[in-house]
Amino acid sequence: MKYSIFSLVRNALGYHEGWPRAWRSPDPKPEYDVVIVGGGGHGLATAYYLAKEHGITNVAVLEKGWLGGGNTGRNTTIIRSNYLWDESAHLYEHSLKLYEGLSQDINYNIMLSQRGVLNLAHNLHDLRELSRRVNAIRLNGIDSEILDTAQVKAMVPILNASQQSRYPVLGASLQKRGGVARHDAVAWGLARAADARGVDIIQQCEVTGIVRDGGKVTGVETTRGLIRAGKVGIVTAGHTSVLAAMAGIRLPIESHPLQALVSEPIKPVLHTVVMSNAVHAYVSQSDRGELVMGAGIDGYNGYSQRGSIPVIEHMLASIVELFPIFSRLRMMRQWGGIVDTCPDASPIISKTPVDGLYINGGWGTGGFKATPGSGWVFAHTIAQDRPHALNAAFNLDRFTSGALVDEHGAAAVAH
Amino acid sequence: MLSIPCPWCGPRDETEYSYGGEAHIVRPEDPQALSDREWADYLFMRANTKGAHRERWVHSHGCRRWFNVERNTATNEIIAVYKMGESPPGDGTGGDGAP
Repeated sequence: MKYSIFSLVRNALGYHEGWPRAWRSPDPKPEYDVVIVGGGGHGLATAYYLAKEHGITNVAVLEKGWLGGGNTGRNTTIIRSNYLWDESAHLYEHSLKLYEGLSQDINYNIMLSQRGVLNLAHNLHDLRELSRRVNAIRLNGIDSEILDTAQVKAMVPILNASQQSRYPVLGASLQKRGGVARHDAVAWGLARAADARGVDIIQQCEVTGIVRDGGKVTGVETTRGLIRAGKVGIVTAGHTSVLAAMAGIRLPIESHPLQALVSEPIKPVLHTVVMSNAVHAYVSQSDRGELVMGAGIDGYNGYSQRGSIPVIEHMLASIVELFPIFSRLRMMRQWGGIVDTCPDASPIISKTPVDGLYINGGWGTGGFKATPGSGWVFAHTIAQDRPHALNAAFNLDRFTSGALVDEHGAAAVAH
Repeated sequence: MLSIPCPWCGPRDETEYSYGGEAHIVRPEDPQALSDREWADYLFMRANTKGAHRERWVHSHGCRRWFNVERNTATNEIIAVYKMGESPPGDGTGGDGAP
């Protein structure tokens, strides 16, 4: 069923009892052309673009839990493309452009809100670094600008920009096309669109082994039995190393908990996204009125999906210093997701030493913004058995060749 | 908040410590003799174990000494603590483990 104002009216007249399921829940077939491991945003986007751009529809997406229950449902929903290096800028900008047309493309409102993303500068070095980055970003044809203190204050009146502040605001970079989107809607919309093109989405199906024959992948062992496949794509953020180890592949990835939290809902006070790399904090206000805040990663490896209290204490101290008005708010929920971090803070979207096995991971703390772009280039990589120009630099071999894409400066915490 | 037992100072909060990553990665004797792939494996590749993980910690805000911890990365249970130069408990190497 196509969602439209007419279908809404028609179903309203039927007391909304006639809506069909957004996607099927089929039993797994014994064999697929492509099996995607991981039913988060990136995996679903991969399946969708495999079907849409490459005509490969005999595809299964295997998810051990439920759709979007991992990092897709745990991030702070920020979207932007203000990256320093050309390789990253092109990849993330491609993703942002896909986001801009995604609601129409998949006939599902992902509630994209391009409310702007501010990155604060608290000292002279921050300001010079942001200026340099803004120049580089503009040379790549991506919108970005520098604001001075008065402009930042005018845009965000509740920000403590006084000279006496612990973190004085000397300026900020602004990407107006940046913003937020509804993360669940991204997962559900992509699932529905992929399903409509014939992709089988199979939840509660955990992959326990990767079957190979003479250096070539032939299928996956799952909790619902053996599923044969010509090609297998691993898109299991947080657990990329665990899946890769099943095929004997070592990765440069380390998994860490990353925490976020939301406040009780309040009236609109913050109409943009404010990030500060220097104090490890970022905040926006959701459509429900909750303030959504994110912290830095925990310092040690972990798969526990819960982080350490000192990390969020540090982040909240900074937020309250920057926004004194928030000091009396109560926090409602706090959670952690497991992010897989690469040494150069850039993802791996790559072929592997195993024929027919592909890996998309290592997105660190910044995967959500890349969801459609990541799926788009990964679908190309799988379908053509070679990377697209947009993800050629993000191969696994760069850790041997030394051609790293070092984005630590562009991302820091709030990736 | 983890409570980590320093072998010299006893149990302290995790905020007193810094993390040193996977333990028992030995720096190659002769890096020049390695291929790029072997060097990349030493430099970048990590087990990133889900479960019992042997790792290094330093008591930055205490005695400032390094030591090894075996911790379950899925549950954060600390399984064992042992000093630098000691082999992990229960691995049967007889005490000549790498630092």
